[in-house]
Amino acid sequence: MEENVVLTARGISMTFPGVKALDNVDFTLRKGEIHALMGENGAGKSTLIKCLTGINDFEAGEIHIEGIDGPVRNHSTKDAQNVGISTVYQEVNLCPNLSVAENLFIGREPLTKIRTIDRKSYNKRSAKIMEDLGISVDVTQNLENYSLAIQQMVAIARAVDMDCKVLILDEPTSSLDDEEVEKLFTLMRKLKEKGVGIIFVTHFLEQVYKVCDRITVLRNGTYVGEYTVEELPRVKLVAAMLGKDLDDLAEIKKEQKDYTNEPMEISAKGLSHAGTIKPFDLDIHKGEVVGIGGLLGSGRSELARCIYGADKAQTGTLEISGEPVKINQPIDAMNKGVGMLPDDRKAEGIIADLSVRENIILALQAKRGMFRQLTRAQQEEIADKYIDLIKIKTPSKDTLVKQLSGGNQQKVILARWLATNADFLILDEPTRGIDVGTKSEIQKLIVKLAGEGKSVLFISSEIEEMLRTCNRMVIMRDGQKVGEIDEDLSQEGVMKAIAGGES
Amino acid sequence: MKIWNKIKSWPLLLPVVALILVMAVNIIHDAAVGDNPLSFFMISLRDTTTNGTILFGRIIDIINRGSEVAILAIGMTLVVSASAGTDISVGSVMSLCASFMCMNLAGYGVSSTTTLAKPLIVGLLAAVLMGALCGAFNGTLVSHLSIQPMVATLILYSAARAIGLLLCNDLIVYVRNPSFAFIGAFTGPIPTPILITVVCIILISVVLKKTALGMYIQSVGINAKASRIAGLNSRRLRFLAYLLCGVFASLAGIVASSRITSADSNNIGLYLEMDAILSVALGGNSLGGGKFNLAGSIIGAYTIQAITTTLYALGVSSIQAPVYKAIIVIIIVVIEAPPFKAFIRKHSAARATKGVKA
Repeated sequence: MEENVVLTARGISMTFPGVKALDNVDFTLRKGEIHALMGENGAGKSTLIKCLTGINDFEAGEIHIEGIDGPVRNHSTKDAQNVGISTVYQEVNLCPNLSVAENLFIGREPLTKIRTIDRKSYNKRSAKIMEDLGISVDVTQNLENYSLAIQQMVAIARAVDMDCKVLILDEPTSSLDDEEVEKLFTLMRKLKEKGVGIIFVTHFLEQVYKVCDRITVLRNGTYVGEYTVEELPRVKLVAAMLGKDLDDLAEIKKEQKDYTNEPMEISAKGLSHAGTIKPFDLDIHKGEVVGIGGLLGSGRSELARCIYGADKAQTGTLEISGEPVKINQPIDAMNKGVGMLPDDRKAEGIIADLSVRENIILALQAKRGMFRQLTRAQQEEIADKYIDLIKIKTPSKDTLVKQLSGGNQQKVILARWLATNADFLILDEPTRGIDVGTKSEIQKLIVKLAGEGKSVLFISSEIEEMLRTCNRMVIMRDGQKVGEIDEDLSQEGVMKAIAGGES
Repeated sequence: MKIWNKIKSWPLLLPVVALILVMAVNIIHDAAVGDNPLSFFMISLRDTTTNGTILFGRIIDIINRGSEVAILAIGMTLVVSASAGTDISVGSVMSLCASFMCMNLAGYGVSSTTTLAKPLIVGLLAAVLMGALCGAFNGTLVSHLSIQPMVATLILYSAARAIGLLLCNDLIVYVRNPSFAFIGAFTGPIPTPILITVVCIILISVVLKKTALGMYIQSVGINAKASRIAGLNSRRLRFLAYLLCGVFASLAGIVASSRITSADSNNIGLYLEMDAILSVALGGNSLGGGKFNLAGSIIGAYTIQAITTTLYALGVSSIQAPVYKAIIVIIIVVIEAPPFKAFIRKHSAARATKGVKA
């Protein structure tokens, strides 16, 4: 084995029913490096990681780990932890109702002489662990009292304390804001100094260049290559991931025009939902794309949910196409031509055990009502149309949607709303966890929909993305709409508005 | 090989195999004792003094006796799918519906009658109405008050029989009227319960085929939150599943009551809720809700009845029968358990690779 290498995977292959998920993939991780694993959705990143951590049983290939003779084959995450591989996922897998210390030591509690749990010692040890990593928390507090970022760091601390040589971070930054991301990076660099090898999976290209040393690129389940960060600048990385040069994102630009004379699509006055969003007014014209800017938890999603009836508005009035409406639940809004793609794909988006076809037609069928069932032929026609139109990668339209990769699941939900032919679409983080190629496709689609006279309310954590597509931006802070920007949409201007303060 | 794979992924594989196994036991037993090995399948016409010429045979008996569980299994399947819970009140609801019907047919406080106090149809409708009422009660608790299905239905599980006794003034009400007894007896040569079950199955199949109810219920069962965002009324659909379950329980109650031409509140539908739940599980449905397979549940129902009938045919006493039934059920549910399936898959994959290497 090459010196300093902690993990090598050679010739890993794995097949899912109908898809070759990994085909002869190599991966090498060295001591004290942060190694980005890059690829589009469905390129095989998650599959490879699951092979390393024992969730997937791969068919061919070998995994070697420093200090262990012979190939390693993990059959469970427990096995993987025993050989020093720990994983922290985007969704934190800890117990929110236990204290930080309890979470750190769950399953391996230090014991006293009479075999009871030694609380004193583990609180002390926990405090030390956290201090060493530069995370300031009170370890006796329940985990739920801390932000998602801290929770994630606790998960990492737990992994590191279990003597891990290889730390896998799977999309850890997807739900963090910039400041939190920075904190996470500091922690990662600290671990790197300690000699931990880190595998970092992300969709944010700029983050790769901030912390990573090396990049391995996968495409369609095959190995493209391993590069140092210096030899693979951003454009080349994108090209390697896509296998072609990326359409210039700059081309996507919605033409700016005056929409004030267009008919009103949505007109909200004083809508609010106790505890989530304070009363707000919002007008959206036909053909307009309005973005919502703000930090995570500033009320971006909540504003949208209030219009859609996902959270029923408790005060205020809403007019859709000039007509006053009363929205008690989503179906009421849908019947008025509104659709919403929610930000939490797993919890509120896909119906995992239904097929791609059923997932696509679901909203349309709900609108038609139970007794006017779409015939099988109609369903297939609609499914085919959208699989083709937005290029959903699926073995067949009767594949269960849970078997698709995250980005393709997102496309399925997008197809669901396109199929309803909604006049007003709310898209909450439609590009989260999606690769660059698909991202630009979705942005193009938004611009195209607007061109067809549909209105879009677009929420994204990436300001750039909204700048490209939106005519106007609504700024949110602390559950309140604090302003709108329609002229001079620029990164700096929006950031300033989000941050607040005078000037 | 391809056909083999197709068979392996057939959703009805398990219930059908279970049913075939039970039949095989019968054939072997019959052969061993020197009977015609196929006597299990023999259907003959016999003349009886009470019912005229009727179909006769073990198969007919199983399908006839299995009617109540099969009808219950339809409703139970919907409930399991929509709410990831079970309705344990169906047996008691059957009994309550029977009591309410007989009270109407005999008149309050009358313990035995040969003439109907009200037209038969009024009695039947009363039973169905009572079933719907019970279903609506369960449905409200589960869907609108978010009470766990097991706890919500426990209320009627324990109370319904007592309410039935109350309605019947603590009597076992006998309605010895041929037009009522007909439901549990024969239509021409065919047992009427079989016909009623067939009608129920056809009705629900048509509903599932022609409306989006099936997809709605599965969708809500898989992910209620996402279903709501997609425009489904998750609460109303759950409620509907319980309502239908109550209605099917009343139909089963009518059949059971008519068989014995009485409303024996303490015994009608006793333990049948468990058989109905088991039918759903045997049918390859996950009790965790979501996707369902109605055909599986119905085959499961008849499998349970076939096991019972077979045990009696084998000479097992009715007291011991549950033990054997339990053993058979353990085997079947273990075969169906995901970890066991995974184990088999791994095993056969390992064997396959060994074969290649050798």
